[in-house]
Amino acid sequence: MAIGVRTEELRKIYTAPPPAASAGRGMAVPFRSRRRDGAPKFEVLALDGLSLDVRPGELFGLLGPNGAGKSTTVGVLTTRIRPTAGRAWIGEHDVWRTGVAVKRLIGVVPQRPNLDFSLTAREILLFHGAYFGIPASVRTARAGELLERFQLADRADQLPLGFSGGMQQRLSIARAMMHDPHVLFLDEPSAGLDPQTRLLLWEIVREYHRRGRTILLTTHNMEEADALCERVAIVDHGKLIALGSPGDLKRSVPGGFVIRLQVQPRPPALLRQLERLTGVTEARPVGENILDLYADRGGALIPEVINIALLERVAIHDVHISEPSLENLFLHHTGRSLRD
Amino acid sequence: MNGKTFLALLARDAHVARRNFLPLLLQTLLQPMLLVFVLGRVLTGSGMMPAAYKSMLLPGIIALSMLLAGIQAVAMPLIAEFQFTREIEDRLLAPIEIEWVAVEKVLSGMIQALLAGLVVLPAAWLLLGKGVALQFDHPFTFLGVTLLVALLSSAVGLTLGCSIGQTQIGLMFSLVLAPMIFFGCTYYPWSALASFPILKRAVLANPVVYASEGLRAALVPRLPHLPEVAIFAALAAFDLFFLLFGLHRFRRKSVT
Repeated sequence: MAIGVRTEELRKIYTAPPPAASAGRGMAVPFRSRRRDGAPKFEVLALDGLSLDVRPGELFGLLGPNGAGKSTTVGVLTTRIRPTAGRAWIGEHDVWRTGVAVKRLIGVVPQRPNLDFSLTAREILLFHGAYFGIPASVRTARAGELLERFQLADRADQLPLGFSGGMQQRLSIARAMMHDPHVLFLDEPSAGLDPQTRLLLWEIVREYHRRGRTILLTTHNMEEADALCERVAIVDHGKLIALGSPGDLKRSVPGGFVIRLQVQPRPPALLRQLERLTGVTEARPVGENILDLYADRGGALIPEVINIALLERVAIHDVHISEPSLENLFLHHTGRSLRD
Repeated sequence: MNGKTFLALLARDAHVARRNFLPLLLQTLLQPMLLVFVLGRVLTGSGMMPAAYKSMLLPGIIALSMLLAGIQAVAMPLIAEFQFTREIEDRLLAPIEIEWVAVEKVLSGMIQALLAGLVVLPAAWLLLGKGVALQFDHPFTFLGVTLLVALLSSAVGLTLGCSIGQTQIGLMFSLVLAPMIFFGCTYYPWSALASFPILKRAVLANPVVYASEGLRAALVPRLPHLPEVAIFAALAAFDLFFLLFGLHRFRRKSVT
């Protein structure tokens, strides 16, 4: 039976720098408050009332820039991070109160491989199976299959210290699947993978999902969220910004296309004129000399835009057209690009 | 508690220890053997020390070896595994309360400390040559003391392993372990501190004192040593303290 994942008003404030690997590379910007004695106190707000509801058997994506709170969410759901407030459940099990039951149900692929470097690749899988009480004959067979599947069979009896990043990542995923968990967490699974390995990973994730397993993956890669996920939650600064299927989310961006113009100068009349163009839903100033046009057309609008610019005596230094994408959605909601 | 998981964790540590058997053996034997040779052979052989010193020295050396073995078996891997690689994570995610992961470490450290004692005792005895008079007529005292010393070593290892960063390992040896060993009555009995009254009282706060004196009480009971009741009470109290404090540190360290 498939199992869902739920969080309710999760908040997490770090009062000490979190260990790099568990909290992810991209940490939110620390803000400093003053203690009563006036000494500055380290505080980072990582989650700000995040509520999620991942359906049983769903392939769900958490999308956001570095420091958005994705890894912290995964950390809370996998018993590794204690939330400051709020609750989380895996199926019917409260993550904080029934940690052991939760650990039985989940498999975790961390952002950075945390393999047991004292063991060989095969032993890592075998001991992991043993921790979960899998009988010896079953775990030997399963470890063999996974090593084959993840193209690690020829290095199976070596210590993983000498493995490439991609191989370590593959071994991490194999380990997480070793006990056949009901819910699989993948924290930035394809970061640092070459395109070929990424495709292998996607195939494996889809296959695992087809078996009725729930998968929650985090990514800051639009393409990945778009290609894999049934539903995507877009998070930024620990808050939920948008939620829906990738298709619905993309359609929710006014117009769909975003044309970013770099202009000099930027008189108010220019904005008004541009907004009057057919197909343009919104003209929004961004930086001092930058403005974004949300429109239902891309390149076809450019001649008209240039005409208006000439009339208003504005020089256009740069034009960038992006097609309907989750990237544009993020831009629309936060005013920032995901890659900023 | 989940017995299968606990045994699997123990099997993992045993497997890693077996793989490193030779370096572990050398690490366990070399320092005690050097001490035994210099203090027990060179100094007594040249007449600077009486031959009876050999019997005094041996229990202290065993205490020292067991302590170092247990502390290193627990603290060193923990320090490494809690660093940025977070190698310990796969065990923290095993279906067992995280406290039991720490208890397993302590048990595995105890076993290694006992094995170290078992190896060093005959080796040092052989190296000391003639004139060592150990008595084994107090087997229960011996068993009790060695178990408590083994637990002490791995519980201290747990506390240190969860309190110290990788860059402070050198400091741990020079600032924590060295004073504990030299003021731990390993090379001399507690009664030898009679002419240093303040020091004599101060070292009673050092758990190593009870380990050395305890092994003396068990192996050479005719020589001066602290009363057995005091030894057992102090060792039990220190064991409990370091175990609970170590578990507390472990919990703090493993959940953000």
